Amino acid sequence: MTDKNKDLIDQNLQDLNNDGVDRRGFLKCMAWAGTGLVWTMSGGIPTSRAFAKTNGKSAAKSGDFSFVQISDSHIGFNKPANPDVTATLQTAINKINAMPHTPDFIIHTGDLSQLSKPSEFDTLDQVLKGASAKQVYFVPGEHDMLSDNGEQYLQRYGKGTKGSGWYSFDQKGVHFVGLVNVANLKAGGMGSLGHEQLEWLESDLKGRSASTPIVLFAHIPLWTIYPDWGWGTDDSEQALAYVKRFGSVTVLNGHIHQIMQKIEGKVSFHTAMSTAFPQPAPGTAPSAGPMKVPADQLQRVLGITDVNYLVSGRSLAVVDSPLADSTSAASGSGGGAGGR
Amino acid sequence: MKRNSVWVASFTASVIIAIVLLVAGTPAVTANDQPSAANAAVNIDNFVFGPQTITVPVGATVTWTNKDDIPHTSVSTEGVFKSKVLDTDEKFSYTFTKAGTYPYYCTIHPKMTGKVVVQ
Repeated sequence: MTDKNKDLIDQNLQDLNNDGVDRRGFLKCMAWAGTGLVWTMSGGIPTSRAFAKTNGKSAAKSGDFSFVQISDSHIGFNKPANPDVTATLQTAINKINAMPHTPDFIIHTGDLSQLSKPSEFDTLDQVLKGASAKQVYFVPGEHDMLSDNGEQYLQRYGKGTKGSGWYSFDQKGVHFVGLVNVANLKAGGMGSLGHEQLEWLESDLKGRSASTPIVLFAHIPLWTIYPDWGWGTDDSEQALAYVKRFGSVTVLNGHIHQIMQKIEGKVSFHTAMSTAFPQPAPGTAPSAGPMKVPADQLQRVLGITDVNYLVSGRSLAVVDSPLADSTSAASGSGGGAGGR
Repeated sequence: MKRNSVWVASFTASVIIAIVLLVAGTPAVTANDQPSAANAAVNIDNFVFGPQTITVPVGATVTWTNKDDIPHTSVSTEGVFKSKVLDTDEKFSYTFTKAGTYPYYCTIHPKMTGKVVVQ
């Protein structure tokens, strides 16, 4: 890292400390991510300069595509950390709709609802109907499993899935696998995939060429971030062993309501921001619960993730952007979702 | 004579009081090494069951109250009891009719564990 970059980061660390939003641990991770993308600080969130290069229809080749990951909408949550999670979800959708390119689809990495209530799922569906991308893929979070082991979730979003809701699909040569690690959780444990799902995963990947880019998505992180708060998956090592032979593996998760990234060999791990409320960095608060920030800063710690696949490099560029950054006024969060 | 009758009166009074107390039953005495009252409370806050281990007598009712801003559950690992999902301020009660040790956890956040000891 050059001295100039280091100064910039230190300066932003100070600004962030004044804001009361602690990103120190997160920034340390970013420093050794080593992705080769040039990171700049904008509104306290690193954004990649590659974003400007890869978007725009003129640059696209026919095999290229993009999708957006959103996560942890928690429809039904109404406490001080965010009294209107439906409005911030709407802002996220507005942001997707304002993108210069229409994503091929959206992936929601779970905690769609707060309490698995039908009305909460209904509201979510209503908001998603207004998205430019009509195809949405889901995996459940632990909050979506609260009624009879996820019966409500499976009825609505589980068509064509197996077990507690796992499945795979292909898009322009990229193989996507939706995993469920929030079912049958054991006392004292973290996330769990289970024997049946792991066996299915092994057979699902068997025979695929190692040059097939793989995207795994699941709610709870598939790598161990902070065991004390359950931020990890007890049996993910087996799953990761199955993808080890592939040339490009991207793991997309949610659950922790903040961005964390790690690269291990050919596997890139990434967690997304929530569209509902942020959570504290590991160990910086008594618990992992909703973190209150000043109201005018809420939209800077919520966000979406744009993923661009370039067929030429068979690589995926993962770019996070907050709902609002410090240089612009908060984009129209508007009133409630009622009647729209 | 007078002193004698006073003494008899006070002694009789003591005996009567003692008998009344015996009949009425002594009020429950809370000692640290004895099971406490027949109703006990566990508060759920900050992803923690407090107290994490609670000791109650046979027949006691334990009431869990969720004071967190996130929903939790209280579910026995041996299938003995199972709360519904408790949102903020919601409660769940269970009456323990058999002595034993009852470990439990939150099925939503399984790192949260607790224990009820019934003796």
